[in-house]
Amino acid sequence: MSDHTADATFDHTVTSLAAALQNGDASSRELTTDYLKRIERAEPTLNSFISVTAEQALAAADDADQARADGCAGFLTGVPISLKDIFCTQGVKTTCGSKMLDNFIAPYNATVVDKLAAAGCISLGKTNMDEFAMGSSNETSYYGAVKNPWDSAAVPGGSSGGSAAAVAAGLTPASMGSDTGGSIRQPAAFCGVTGLKPTYGRVSRYGIIAYASSLDQAGPMARTAEDCAHLLGAIAGHDLRDSTSATRGVPDYAAELDAPLAGLKIGLPREYFGDGLDPAVASAVREAVKVYESLGATVRDVSLPHTRYATSAYYVIAPAEASSNLARFDGVRFGHRCEHPEDLIDLYQRSRAEGFGEEVKRRILIGTHTLSEGFFDAYYTKAQKVRRLIRQDFLDAFDQVDVLMGPTSPTPAFDLGAQKDPVSMYLQDIYTIAVNLAGIPGISVPAGMVDGRPVGLQILGSHFAEARLLNVAHRFQQTTDWHQQRPAFAKEIA
Amino acid sequence: MQWETVIGLEVHVQLATRSKIFSGASTAFGAEPNTQACAVDLGMPGTLPVLNEQAVAMAVQFGLGVNAEIAETSVFDRKNYFYADLPKGYQTSQMYHPIVGPGELLIRLDDDVTKRVRIHHAHLEEDAGKSLHESFTDATGREMTGIDLNRAGTPLLEIVSEPDMRSAKEASAYLRAIHSIVTYLGISDGNMAEGSMRCDVNVSVRPRGQDALGTRTEIKNVNSFRFVEHAIAFEVERQIELIEDGGEVVQETRLYDPESDETRSMRTKEEANDYRYFPCPDLLPVVLDQAYIDHLRDALPELPEAKRARFEDELGLSAYDASVIAASRDMADYFEEAMRVCGDAKQAANWVQGELSAALKREHLEVTESPITARQLGELIGRVQDDTISGKAAKQVFQALWDGQGESADEIIEAKGLKQVTDTGAIDAMIDDVIAQSPKQVAQYVEAEPDKRGKMIGYFVGQVMKASRGTANPQQVNQRLKEKLDALV
Repeated sequence: MSDHTADATFDHTVTSLAAALQNGDASSRELTTDYLKRIERAEPTLNSFISVTAEQALAAADDADQARADGCAGFLTGVPISLKDIFCTQGVKTTCGSKMLDNFIAPYNATVVDKLAAAGCISLGKTNMDEFAMGSSNETSYYGAVKNPWDSAAVPGGSSGGSAAAVAAGLTPASMGSDTGGSIRQPAAFCGVTGLKPTYGRVSRYGIIAYASSLDQAGPMARTAEDCAHLLGAIAGHDLRDSTSATRGVPDYAAELDAPLAGLKIGLPREYFGDGLDPAVASAVREAVKVYESLGATVRDVSLPHTRYATSAYYVIAPAEASSNLARFDGVRFGHRCEHPEDLIDLYQRSRAEGFGEEVKRRILIGTHTLSEGFFDAYYTKAQKVRRLIRQDFLDAFDQVDVLMGPTSPTPAFDLGAQKDPVSMYLQDIYTIAVNLAGIPGISVPAGMVDGRPVGLQILGSHFAEARLLNVAHRFQQTTDWHQQRPAFAKEIA
Repeated sequence: MQWETVIGLEVHVQLATRSKIFSGASTAFGAEPNTQACAVDLGMPGTLPVLNEQAVAMAVQFGLGVNAEIAETSVFDRKNYFYADLPKGYQTSQMYHPIVGPGELLIRLDDDVTKRVRIHHAHLEEDAGKSLHESFTDATGREMTGIDLNRAGTPLLEIVSEPDMRSAKEASAYLRAIHSIVTYLGISDGNMAEGSMRCDVNVSVRPRGQDALGTRTEIKNVNSFRFVEHAIAFEVERQIELIEDGGEVVQETRLYDPESDETRSMRTKEEANDYRYFPCPDLLPVVLDQAYIDHLRDALPELPEAKRARFEDELGLSAYDASVIAASRDMADYFEEAMRVCGDAKQAANWVQGELSAALKREHLEVTESPITARQLGELIGRVQDDTISGKAAKQVFQALWDGQGESADEIIEAKGLKQVTDTGAIDAMIDDVIAQSPKQVAQYVEAEPDKRGKMIGYFVGQVMKASRGTANPQQVNQRLKEKLDALV
């Protein structure tokens, strides 16, 4: 891609970049340079990156170009991407959006990072995120809030908001996010990009800084389902270093993308269209469903009766695990340590008081409380029972239909600072949380605009049905152009 | 008032796996601090545990060895607390669903009484690191604590007994029985000095005849058989005195100090931690099928109790010899090899229990470090059995072998000319010489009352043995001397 076409870099997908590299229309160095320039121009406004690793990226791009010249390039060789700053990267700062890890340089790569490197992807840097992935707006980051490229007054969503904003603004063709209660899908919806949360265990968690271990799952964020299919193929699979990663084989996700939708049975969960849903969002989703009907799918209403308990169960289980997972940040071995500790207790107390932000502290306290003697059965054990019922709801629904569809979020992106009360913030994830509790996959695709802000359609499938979800999302994107809409900001920084 | 002591033990056994329970780092003892701790052991962010299957197999072997129920499904839990040498802020352990369920162990007491001690359960867990409180100072010279995480993640099996023991002796016999069984199974080196085995002791007292348990105290981290006995003895006396003086025992954790031979309070129940246990979401439940358990059962070695019974019943060893030799697998293996070579169980037992054990004890050696191999000892015993050497010469050969003066008993017998003389002509010649050179003693013998002569013959035997440098067959010498002297009467 020569300099005069560089301006159009932002309009490329992973798939089209791969084709350009394959055809010799561009080198990885050219692409990488273009994206780095866009990042430089956009960051003062957007704040979507915590670290930009220009030097490493260019060196890796040269290696990729060499590999291609040597005839040993794969589909993704030389394609630039970025990583949420929750993935450990050897020799590069990994902060997880926290002051606690502001000085942390991991001596190892997350398995996802290794796999992407093995596939030839070039990492441009680490994207901004809610601190320790706790948040639905990207406002809890120690590095400041990310702006939504569609409207700088709006949040990009959380916790993978930096990744979503960077993809929407064309600073990176794709980014790796993580989703514990909706952290890939909700920001994808708010920023008008495509985000896939795979089945729990489909992608290794090794090297992903843990928030809630039984819910965390990494996944791709990109402009199209097709791109997500290629990226998922690169990162999925069993990992000897993560016992909870699935041992089943990885299908060719790209191969199924074009399968026809005739006969597809879509379920619309009654509970996803009730009180609290913005009518404009509801109507965008219903329009999207009509598109599917026109493609030969049939639609019926289904019920997920325990949905109403999902947020409560989540805010018991996730903080409980988080309170334990975050205990290792004690100022002893790595991360922030307070100055001149008096003794061990003082070292713990001040290091943690100084290193963690408000939302993280809030969840640690909730989790410590619910796990405490005398409260454990009332909260944790009960929440696990609810979790099983929620999972059973989904299994029952998938006996009747192939996929479920609904809104990703009850509203489009809200304004920065608009959600003052933590509980109202927690309710932003009302349609995404149950999916993590059940461990099933979900994808959010752009499906409309409300007042200049994107709306996401969420599609859910049964365990390990990623190929089907990507197929369903891809056919929608072949029929509609919501995913091709670009924010003005993406062009402004061209 | 007559008091009864009630004791329960929690024994921590370090499993002899090559790598740690949740990481690939080495478990070898004695390395430089923090050289055997990988990212997982350091609790680095994003790292995950992967269960070492060898540790699971070892726990199951122990369970089978004590006739315990093996859990089809066991689950790892997190025990959350803060301490500088606990890298993740929690210890991964098994609180709710341990791998080994109820079992039992026979212990043998000094008076040859056997007692059954019930095992409540045994569970797998990881060890923490070690705090080094000495010789660290910061830039300003202030004392600091160093942390060595080499131990962090070392696999432990915690074996919890029922409160079935009634004396310090029983507690130490139980601890020895655990030691014996884990070393037999080869699942631990049982090295208490290196911390491979240590225990927490729960002690209470109650008036004899009372069913309800008294308030107990827990003595932490006792690491020798002797200290267990001492700690309990001190604690029992302390509790009884306290109650008899009108006081009350406080439930608390205590430490035993071997220097002062006393226990002292560490923390009371009021300060006890709330560990906030919950299932570890990073590890799958451990699901064992019957075929796997059967496979391990088939591969179990003969265990101490079975071996002891066989030594006693089939080999005819004394109850004492059988139980002492069978208590240690190394000793039993040594004995059986020596017995196989010489073909005489009782003689082999006598030598192993006598000469060998004394020499080992003198030099502070384990049987596995013995300079004399079981084969060498067996051959030596064989040479006594077939009259090649006398019992007295055998002791010389033993010492020579011990000192490395030869490769085999035969080599040393040859080199030292210790071969026993059984040739009647040669013995007669030596006897004749001695009689000729001892006219005074001969006269005394002849003049003595017949019933006194038996004692007097010892002098002549000694002279002949001396003349033969110990090689003459003593029975023969005895018999021929008697004949010849009596002929002079």
